[in-house]
Amino acid sequence: MNQTLFDKIWQLHFVGQRDDGLELMYIDRHLIHEVTSPQAFEGLRLANRMPWRKQSILATVDHSIPTRNRHNGVEGIDDSIAREQVITLDKNCREHEIEYFDMHDERQGIVHVVGPEQGATLPGMTIVCGDSHTSTHGAFGALAHGIGTSEVEHVLATQCLVQSRSKNMRVEFRGTLPRGVSAKDMILALIRQIGTAGATGHVIEYCGESVANLSVEGRMTICNMSIEAGARAGLMGIDNTLMNYLEGRPFSPVGKQWNDAVDVWLSLNSDVGATYDKEIVVEINDLAPQVSWGTNPEMVVSIDETVPDPASMSYEKAETAQRALQYMGLEPGVAMKDLELDKIFIGSCTNARIEDIRSVAAIVEGRRVASNLQAAYVVPGSGLVKQQAEAEGLDEIVKAAGFEWRDPGCSMCLAMNDDRLYPEERCASTSNRNFEGRQGHLGRTHLVSPATAAASAIQGRLADVREYL
Amino acid sequence: MTSKHLKFIQHSGKVVPFDRANVDTDQIIPKQFLKSIKRTGFGENLFDAWRFLDEGYIGKTDRQENPKFVLNYPQYHDASILLARRNFGCGSSREHAVWALLQYGFRCVIAPSFADIFYNNSLNNGLLPVTLSETQVDTLFRLTYENKTLTIEIDLETQQITGEKLDTIGFTIDPNRRLRLLEGLDEIALTLKHASEIQEFEKQHRQRMHWLFSSR
Ligand code: SF4
Repeated sequence: MNQTLFDKIWQLHFVGQRDDGLELMYIDRHLIHEVTSPQAFEGLRLANRMPWRKQSILATVDHSIPTRNRHNGVEGIDDSIAREQVITLDKNCREHEIEYFDMHDERQGIVHVVGPEQGATLPGMTIVCGDSHTSTHGAFGALAHGIGTSEVEHVLATQCLVQSRSKNMRVEFRGTLPRGVSAKDMILALIRQIGTAGATGHVIEYCGESVANLSVEGRMTICNMSIEAGARAGLMGIDNTLMNYLEGRPFSPVGKQWNDAVDVWLSLNSDVGATYDKEIVVEINDLAPQVSWGTNPEMVVSIDETVPDPASMSYEKAETAQRALQYMGLEPGVAMKDLELDKIFIGSCTNARIEDIRSVAAIVEGRRVASNLQAAYVVPGSGLVKQQAEAEGLDEIVKAAGFEWRDPGCSMCLAMNDDRLYPEERCASTSNRNFEGRQGHLGRTHLVSPATAAASAIQGRLADVREYL
Repeated sequence: MTSKHLKFIQHSGKVVPFDRANVDTDQIIPKQFLKSIKRTGFGENLFDAWRFLDEGYIGKTDRQENPKFVLNYPQYHDASILLARRNFGCGSSREHAVWALLQYGFRCVIAPSFADIFYNNSLNNGLLPVTLSETQVDTLFRLTYENKTLTIEIDLETQQITGEKLDTIGFTIDPNRRLRLLEGLDEIALTLKHASEIQEFEKQHRQRMHWLFSSR
């Protein structure tokens, strides 16, 4: 039987069927953070249960912590409710002896940046986290699902996830990526093409030479936003680029274990002739930088296009589009490049890795952020990304250009802390969601690549990065 | 009170027509309310940015209701069935969204499709997600608008929706999930009945992929 990568990982982790017929999948790695775990630990406590295999767990704080003035630690969090959340995670990790990168740890960061960076995300693994962007880890050939808090508790208690088998979907990016266009533009183009529910019930496997040619970081950007296409997970094949990335990371196996692991990993790739329930091709030869105009991630156009006209859409879409335009303060027909911005956010688990910061620095070096901007943030994805960037002098470059250089966390991706948009502020953001209010009450988000965000910062308007190369 | 492991057998209630597609969990419960470490207290902030005119935060009282938002129409104040459009519950995995719907008073959401994580979270909390065809959903919207209010009965045992003004509609739900809802069983306890199987699996897994089990 010709099997897909997904089929093989599923089979390797299939424990059996429960009495009630539902299937159990064994979980190798459980990542946790402060927002979706407290109620799960509380549930364990109430039922007098213990974590099944605590060595499988890795915890960090990211969502609700501030991104500056961190020297005072937990006590320095002004928001008392957020502080309690962080203290609760501290306590739970201590009580259960869980490996934890707390606020003071240089390895702390956004959970989906930290796992891969540590080598805690390995090929062939099953991974869960109480966060939808767990799909990020699929870039490593790992089956990674975002789960809810009841499921977090279930995995803590049983090391298994109750799952029905997903369907296979193959997405091929066909062609060669033009200059100035990046992984972020590829995934935005896919979601534009298939819609936010285009992959519901499916695990997407991304294929094609253009994917193999991406760096591991670019691959993570694509897998990260699989959830925005409705997918249960994103996956990519296992190759040498991946091995080179993983070798020598703190959690990666070494010596004979490494060799054994590599043998198994390479055998997991999809077989030639494996069949998929759904196949999609996205042509990228002529892909332009992409930018979202509306309030969900399928509302996307190329940077050189205009705001679409609901009158040209089907009835159902038109209504949603109309509401989105109203929320975004946009008129049909206006050029995207004419939209003036108030803030720039470079960060999030989609685009806050070293490569992203390098691409920003390359564009803003020797230039200045436009004077009409209220703020421009660069928020590294982890303490180690921050260190690396500082070692390369990137912090000096972006600061000299007028950006704020922050401490690692989710920051303005979801604005649980003070980093946020104020009503009607317009932002070019490298994050993954442009939902109403996502970056702040009545804030207006345009999703873009790091390079586009950098060019837009200089321009003060949404900009075509190709003019900056 | 915890809202976990709620049973669902049948429910009769008023339908509120929530005529939107792609309703995301950021709307169902905005992020500022996720700071709570409890499972309760989310109902009052359900759809906060749409239900109220002022910006909400935890503990804020004296809210200004948005009279144009459908949940605030007087005739729907006591509705317990949410009728929505496709891809309901997309976005974040926050289970707080399901808790908020339940704690506000909803027992069932009807839509042509749901996002996967939201669907699972609903089942895990006894909020019944009912998937119907676009046409059936259209009919329910029409009936609700025509009659101003519509009361229906959802029976999970027979998997049927009935009501005075409508032809009976059948729906299906995974038989195993259905059973668990009907009996209100604890998911973890059900899995732990297989603890020895899991241990056995773990032993073999440790041999096949031993590097996963070394010190870290
Ligand atoms: S960066 Fe944004 S999307 Fe990623 S985990 Fe944090 S809040 Fe979620």
